[in-house]
Amino acid sequence: MSTQEKVQELEKVVIRFAGDSGDGMQLTGSQFTFTSALLGNDLATFPDFPAEIRAPLGTVEGVSGFQVQIGKIDIFTPGDAADVLVAMNPAALKSNLHHVRAGGNIIVDTDAFVEKNITKAGFEADPTEDGTLDDYNLIKAPISSMTKTALEGLPIDNKVAMRSKNMFALGMMYWLFDRTPEQTEKFFEAKFKKNPDLIEANKRALHAGFNYAENVEALPSAYKIPPAEINPGKYRHISGNVATAWGAMAAAEKLGKKLFYGSYPITPASDILHELSKYKNLGVITLQAEDEIAAVCSAIGASYAGEVGLTASAGPGIALKGEAIGLAGMAELPLVVIDVQRGGPSTGLPTKTEQADLMMALYGRNSENPCIVLAASTPSNCFEYAYQAVKLAIEHMTPVILLTDGYLANGSEPWKFPQMADLPDIKPRMAPADGQPYLPYQRDAEDLVRTWAVPGTPGLEHRIGGLEKQDKTGNVSYDPENHEQMTHVRQQKVDRVANHIPEQEVSGSGDGDILLVGWGGTYGALHTASTELRVEGQNVDFAHFNYLSPLPRNTEELLTKYEKVLVCELNMGQLATYLRSSFPKANILQYNKIQGQPFTVKEIKEQVTKNL
Amino acid sequence: MSEVKETNGTNSTLTKKDFASDQLVRWCPGCGDYSILSAMQNAMPAMGVSKEDIVFISGIGCAARFPYYMDTYGFHTIHGRGPAVATGVKLSNPKLQVWQVSGDGDALAIGGNHFIHAIRRNVDINFLIFNNEIYGLTKGQFSPTSRPGLVTKSTPFGAIDRPFSAGELVIGAQGTFFARTIDTNPKLMTEMFTRSAKHVGASMIEILQNCVIFNDKTHGVVTGKETRDDYQLHLEHGQPMLFGAEKNKGIKLNGLKLEVVTIGENGVTEDDILLHDAHEQDATLHLMLIKMAPPEFPMALGIIRAVEDTTYDDLVEHQYEESKKNAKVTGMDELLNSGNTWVVE
Repeated sequence: MSTQEKVQELEKVVIRFAGDSGDGMQLTGSQFTFTSALLGNDLATFPDFPAEIRAPLGTVEGVSGFQVQIGKIDIFTPGDAADVLVAMNPAALKSNLHHVRAGGNIIVDTDAFVEKNITKAGFEADPTEDGTLDDYNLIKAPISSMTKTALEGLPIDNKVAMRSKNMFALGMMYWLFDRTPEQTEKFFEAKFKKNPDLIEANKRALHAGFNYAENVEALPSAYKIPPAEINPGKYRHISGNVATAWGAMAAAEKLGKKLFYGSYPITPASDILHELSKYKNLGVITLQAEDEIAAVCSAIGASYAGEVGLTASAGPGIALKGEAIGLAGMAELPLVVIDVQRGGPSTGLPTKTEQADLMMALYGRNSENPCIVLAASTPSNCFEYAYQAVKLAIEHMTPVILLTDGYLANGSEPWKFPQMADLPDIKPRMAPADGQPYLPYQRDAEDLVRTWAVPGTPGLEHRIGGLEKQDKTGNVSYDPENHEQMTHVRQQKVDRVANHIPEQEVSGSGDGDILLVGWGGTYGALHTASTELRVEGQNVDFAHFNYLSPLPRNTEELLTKYEKVLVCELNMGQLATYLRSSFPKANILQYNKIQGQPFTVKEIKEQVTKNL
Repeated sequence: MSEVKETNGTNSTLTKKDFASDQLVRWCPGCGDYSILSAMQNAMPAMGVSKEDIVFISGIGCAARFPYYMDTYGFHTIHGRGPAVATGVKLSNPKLQVWQVSGDGDALAIGGNHFIHAIRRNVDINFLIFNNEIYGLTKGQFSPTSRPGLVTKSTPFGAIDRPFSAGELVIGAQGTFFARTIDTNPKLMTEMFTRSAKHVGASMIEILQNCVIFNDKTHGVVTGKETRDDYQLHLEHGQPMLFGAEKNKGIKLNGLKLEVVTIGENGVTEDDILLHDAHEQDATLHLMLIKMAPPEFPMALGIIRAVEDTTYDDLVEHQYEESKKNAKVTGMDELLNSGNTWVVE
């Protein structure tokens, strides 16, 4: 790089790309992300897009954003506030300005700041001229017109040419952060193999942006973010939904069974369906069912037939599946249900994140109907928990609900992936076809789990169903005492899963002044906040729950050890309520946010400090 | 071949008794379900399918208790969802012979969505609907097949819903097999069950069934000794649509409508009578036959429609085989290592 002398080193930086939902901001962000991952930076991403496919051009409602934090240190969140915002139009600036830290850099496409767009975005005057941005370092770049100039002579029309303006912006960012466009060029070479003009257009735009950034005096000096110290190993980039799909596939492969996925499209879970649909050759059957109920019921049918039955949805769909999950619990069949939580209630905020389905997962079925409930906490560990969900469902013959959320599902990070041989065995309890009369509801003494007899097995013909059943035989029974006994047995069976899951870990000194508690997708913010507070001299311990039902064996001991336990959740206090009712001796405080947005590190630090 | 299916074993040594479970059958005395159960247990040995490869799936209702009484694999699920569970079973293990048993409320009201979509996909499942035009287990409310004006606990002033029939839905959903039979005719039931089992694709049998408690004799005109000859039309593929004690009445196409004619009257000869073509792809005439009902028409019984078409389960299998041929990755380790990866030293 010719401007080597201007390069400054940074520990971490947060970059936010924002534009119309048709401007290709998600692609721009993911290209920047992947190039950075290859350079060895640690990172985390957060796409923030509207529910509408293409809301009207130039409106605030139609703005799509992508935030990524990259660093030479460990990165657990996409960052609280952006150091650099790329705003492709006034609406993108309007809806993203509050995400930029004071003094941060804002790059705007001045060609898009015409009166019509400015008004449409809700500004009274041109914000790049009227002092609105005085607190920031504003970089005005005529991105559209320079892209057009760069593409002159190519046999493509203006509309197509304008689709490359995001690459001009990306080129600028590559220069600014000392990385080369090489990886993105390769991406376009593969993507547009049959259309060399488009490859050329995108390459030209990239280079034009890169060169522009290098030559223009308005830009600050280039920054260098050296590689992070990352554990050695082989890495790939993965999003939460893909990791979820792969985790379930890995479990099915380990078992030597088919993976049956019954599903009905719903945001933000649909990508699991898209991903699984690709791998028919690996024994994955996907049924896009007529509704959510058929989706879960077909998965139950697959479990009954002896394969791995899986369904996923978001909150509204899980509500519809409730009765069927109850059937799987009653019949004592394995079933994995994934809830990619989104803002609610009802249709709520389909593309935004929330953690408000915990109570539904724990209790949202008629009568006494316990399920195992797990929650993933990073995009990549969705793999581990999806695998674990299948393992527990099959080994304990019971439904497992895995909670992820929109933030994990669409967020992504580098992942040091395992090999199949590293993954734990899964041991289904198959009924022996030994000529003895088969008792479908006879259980093992330790875990109270019944055996699995699969249609097609000679000699094990039997009937099961949703009616209350007699202990051992499974025959329909209305006997009052039998019902009470069976209700307790089904609960105890789930409770005893605690013997098969790890104890709850705590980070920090172990005798902190306060215990910070979270679950699920808020891990990154809570972990970073507690780490920073400790560096700043506060005695803060942190426990993040992945196992919610049953809770780890040491939970009570852990919570009652602290004078104060601060439970932070993106809901009105569901885990806090659950912990209070389970462990009345613990002093549970709560901090909640219900804005469809993840916690920022700053928010958590403030709350912990307030409660110290 | 739409009516020949390979079976994977033989159970020729089995008898009717081998298909009866040890459970006490708990339908009301005189319920039409008893004869349906008996006809099914009778039909089973001759089908040549091993007991362990047979699965009965049901939803909720009187009919849905059926699986408990068959000594095969059985799963009594939740209201209306039988077709969805059965779809999961069949796709997971296509070797199984899957039966899905419903009543008119289970299949056509709460489960209507699953019913039409299972038929539309043409999954190779045998569907039975016990149609007694009433809700029995919930103690007597009208159903989607109840006739207008029917006084029930929930319609003290008479039902005002417009009914529809299972057959109309099957045709609307592009079904490949539809048959109708009655609980008073064990021989016809056994034959229909056997033919349904042989049909490759979603087959649907409507069984006109009597609820002695809440809707007794709703099919009385069709089943009554005095009237049945005039109100039962037994269809056979390739045969003329004749009925009546003397087999002198028949169905004639008059313009775009069916009419009942008598041979020898008004110059009508046997040549005027329609020949039944169950294998015709165009379902127009099948729908007209399905809609025939007393008092103007006899009730059409037997196989009304049986046409060949690709099944969903075959297409699933086909995509699996095809994807194996073109697969870039053949296992999870390869998938994990595929695409863009990098090594940190």
